[in-house]
Amino acid sequence: MSLLEVSDLHVRVADREILNGVNLEVNPGEIHAIMGPNGSGKSTLTNTIAGQEGYIVENGDLRLNGTNLVELEPEERSYAGLFLAFQYPVEIPGVTNMEFLKTAVDSHRKQRGETALSSVEFIKNMRALVTKLDFNPEFLKRGVNESFSGGEKKRNEILQMLCLDPKVALLDETDSGLDIDALQVVAKGINEFRNSNNAVVLVTHYQRLLNHVVPDYVHVLLNGTIVKSGDASLALDLERNGYAWLEQDNSP
Amino acid sequence: MSNNIATTPEELISKEYTAGFVTDIETETLPPGLSEEVVREISRKKAEPEWLTEWRLDALRRWEKMEEPTWAHVKFPPIDYQAISYFAAPKGDKPKSLDEVDPELLRTYEKLGIPLHEQKILAGVEEEPSQPRVAVDAVFDSVSITTTFKETLKEHGVVFCSFSEAVQSHPDLVKKYLGSVVPKTDNFYAALNSAVFSDGSFVYVPKGVRCPMELSTYFRINAENTGQFERTLIIADEGSYVSYLEGCTAPMRDENQLHAAVVELIALDDAQIKYSTVQNWYPGDENGVGGIYNFVTKRGTCRGARSHISWTQVETGSAITWKYPSVILRGDDSIGEFYSVALTNNRQQADTGTKMTHIGRNTKSTIISKGISAGHSSNAYRGLVRMNPGARDARNYTQCDSLLIGSECAAHTFPYIESRRQDAIVEHEATTTRVSDDQLFMCRQRGIEPEKAVSMIVNGFCRDVFRELPMEFAVEASKLLEVSLEGAVG
Ligand SMILES: Nc1ncnc2c1ncn2[C@@H]1O[C@H](COP(=O)(O)OP(=O)(O)OP(=O)(O)O)[C@@H](O)[C@H]1O
Ligand SMILES: [Mg+2]
Repeated sequence: MSLLEVSDLHVRVADREILNGVNLEVNPGEIHAIMGPNGSGKSTLTNTIAGQEGYIVENGDLRLNGTNLVELEPEERSYAGLFLAFQYPVEIPGVTNMEFLKTAVDSHRKQRGETALSSVEFIKNMRALVTKLDFNPEFLKRGVNESFSGGEKKRNEILQMLCLDPKVALLDETDSGLDIDALQVVAKGINEFRNSNNAVVLVTHYQRLLNHVVPDYVHVLLNGTIVKSGDASLALDLERNGYAWLEQDNSP
Repeated sequence: MSNNIATTPEELISKEYTAGFVTDIETETLPPGLSEEVVREISRKKAEPEWLTEWRLDALRRWEKMEEPTWAHVKFPPIDYQAISYFAAPKGDKPKSLDEVDPELLRTYEKLGIPLHEQKILAGVEEEPSQPRVAVDAVFDSVSITTTFKETLKEHGVVFCSFSEAVQSHPDLVKKYLGSVVPKTDNFYAALNSAVFSDGSFVYVPKGVRCPMELSTYFRINAENTGQFERTLIIADEGSYVSYLEGCTAPMRDENQLHAAVVELIALDDAQIKYSTVQNWYPGDENGVGGIYNFVTKRGTCRGARSHISWTQVETGSAITWKYPSVILRGDDSIGEFYSVALTNNRQQADTGTKMTHIGRNTKSTIISKGISAGHSSNAYRGLVRMNPGARDARNYTQCDSLLIGSECAAHTFPYIESRRQDAIVEHEATTTRVSDDQLFMCRQRGIEPEKAVSMIVNGFCRDVFRELPMEFAVEASKLLEVSLEGAVG
C-alpha cells in the first residue's frame, strides 16, 4: 500500500476551482519533488492534504496509509502521521519554541497512549537535536518564529519535523530564502529524517536543494494538474528550459 | 469552525466554573435594605468603637446624596440597593482555632484548593519543604473564618489578621490610615463600602522587615442576595517588603450579586508592596444571566521616598468588572506599576485600567495591560497618567495590547494623559491583534487541539504580566485562563 495517495483531487477555494484532478502516489522511502510556476496550485495541494479550512475537496480522494483524510480534522491528520512545513510560517508571540514543541509532542504521545515526557527529558532531547542541526540553542527560548529571519523560520520547520517524526512530510518551499549554510542545514535535516518507512514531498522552485536531497520523482504542477512526471533529471530540464514548453504541451 | 468540540452550554458551564457550588451552612443574614439602623447593626455586630460607627454613618449620609457613575463602558440594569442584604455570616461565634471551624466550611476551602492547614501549601504545587509558604486569611461572605500562620508572622512583627480584628487589636493604625488613600466620598461604590464594609484583611509590616511569606486572602461569596463589601488595608513601614495576593470565587446563581470592595495600600520610605489579584468571581452563564458585579476601588500611595507599589491583576471572572488599581506617587523616586490581564468571554464586560498620579520628583510608572476578548464580550482599558507640576523628571511607559478571539467581541482603549510638565516622558504603545486562522491551523497541524492552541496563544500574549505573579499563582492564573476560554473556539 502506498503511504500517501492523492487521486483525482479537485479543490475549490472560495468560488474558484484551483486543483482539477491531481493524482499522486508516494511510497515508503521515496522522495518526491513538486515544481511548477507561481500560482499553479502547489500550496493549495499541500494545504488541502493537511486540512486547512477553506480548501474544499469537491471530488477525489486523499489517503494516508490507507486512512481517508478528507473527513479528519487537521490535528487528527497530524496524529495519523502527516506533517506540513509551511511556506510562510506564522509567529506566536510569547509562546516559547520549547513550550510549543513540548505541547505538540505531548499531544502526539497522548494520542498514542503514552505519558507526557518530563520537562528535563524533553529539554535534553531537544538540545541534542538542536546541536545536530547547527541551531542556536537560544532559539528554543524565543517565541515561536517571533522576529525570526525568513531563513530561521524555515529551519524551525525542519526542527518541528524532526521532533514529531511524521510518516509523510510535505515541505512547502522550505528551501526558499535560505543562505548557503542554511540550505545545507535544511538538507541535512531532511536526510537525517528520511528512512525506508517514511516519505518526503518537496515543493520547490530550484534545483539547488535537489542536489543534496535527490528526488526519486519530479512532478510538474501546472494550472491545477500534474502535467508531467519524471526522475531527477526533469528538474534539471526545468531549470534550463522553464515551464513554457510544458504549457504548450498542455494547451487544449 | 470545527465541529468536534460541540459542547452543550450546560456542559460548558459546569466544566468552566468549578467554584460554582454552594456551601450548605446556616447563615445569619441581615434582612435586605440599607438604612442607618443597618449600618449601626453591622457596627454593633463587630463591637466597633464609636468613632468607626460615626465614620460609617457619615459615609452613608454622603452616599445617599451621590449618583451612580455612568461613564464606564459597561451596561447593566439599575441595581436596587434596598434589595441587597448587607451582612451574612456563618452562624455562631468566630472560631478561635481551626478545630472549631465548621467542617462544612473547611470542605469548601478544600474544594477550592485553598489551604487552611498550616503545613500545607497552595494546590497545584508539589509539596516540597523548600517551597515558600503562604499565609491565608479566608473571608466567607461578610466575615473572616480564619487566618493562618499568624504566630509565625508575629515573630517577625508582621500583623496579618482580619479587618474586624485589627479594629480591636490595632485601633491606632486603623484610625490613622483608614480612608487615607481612598476617601469615604471618593466615588459612589467606595462610599457605599465605607458605610457597610464587613470584613477584609489588615496587614502591617514593621520597619525594615521583609515579610517571610506570601500573604493572601480568599474571598468567597456564598449566601444569596447578599453583597460583599470588604475592606483591605496594607501598611508597609519604612524599608519593609510584602507580597500579597487575593483570590475570589462565588457560586453560580441566576441573580447578579454586588461586590464593592475598597483596598488601600500605604508604602512609606523605601517600602515595597506587591499586590496580586486572581479574580475568578462567577461570570454568569453564556447568555449573560447571573454573575458578580465587581465594582472595586483599589489605590495605593507611595507616601515615602523610593517606595514602590505594584498591582498585578488577572481578571477572568465577574459579569462586570469595573476597577482601576491606582498609585499616587507622592514620594520622590517612587515607583508605581500596573500589570493586568483582563479576559472576557460570552457576555462579560470589563472596564479596567489604572491611574498613575505623579506628584514627587523623578517618579516612574509602568503600565502593561493585556485585554483578551472572546465570545460577545466587551473589554475596555481605561488609564490615566497625570504629571503634576512638582513631578520633575517623571516618566511613564504604557503598553496596552488587545487580543480578539472571534468576530463578535469588542476591545476599546481609553488612554488619558494629563501632563503639567514639559520634561515629563510619557510613552504609550498600543496594539490590537487577533488569534489568526493561520496560527490556529499551524498549531492544529502540529497536533495541538484548537482549545489548547487558543489557551497557549493567549498565555503567550499574557507572558509579560504572568511573569510578575508569584510562581504558584502564575500556574493557577494560566490554568484559570484555560478554563475561562472554554467554548471560545468553535
Ligand atoms: N484563499 C484564496 N482565495 C482565492 N484564491 C486563492 C486562495 N488561495 C489561493 N488562491 C489562488 O490559487 C492559486 C494557486 O495558489 P497556490 O498558493 O496554491 O500557488 P503555488 O503554486 O503555491 O504558488 P507559489 O509558487 O507562488 O507559492 C493562485 O492563483 C492563488 O491566487
Ligand atoms: Mg506556494
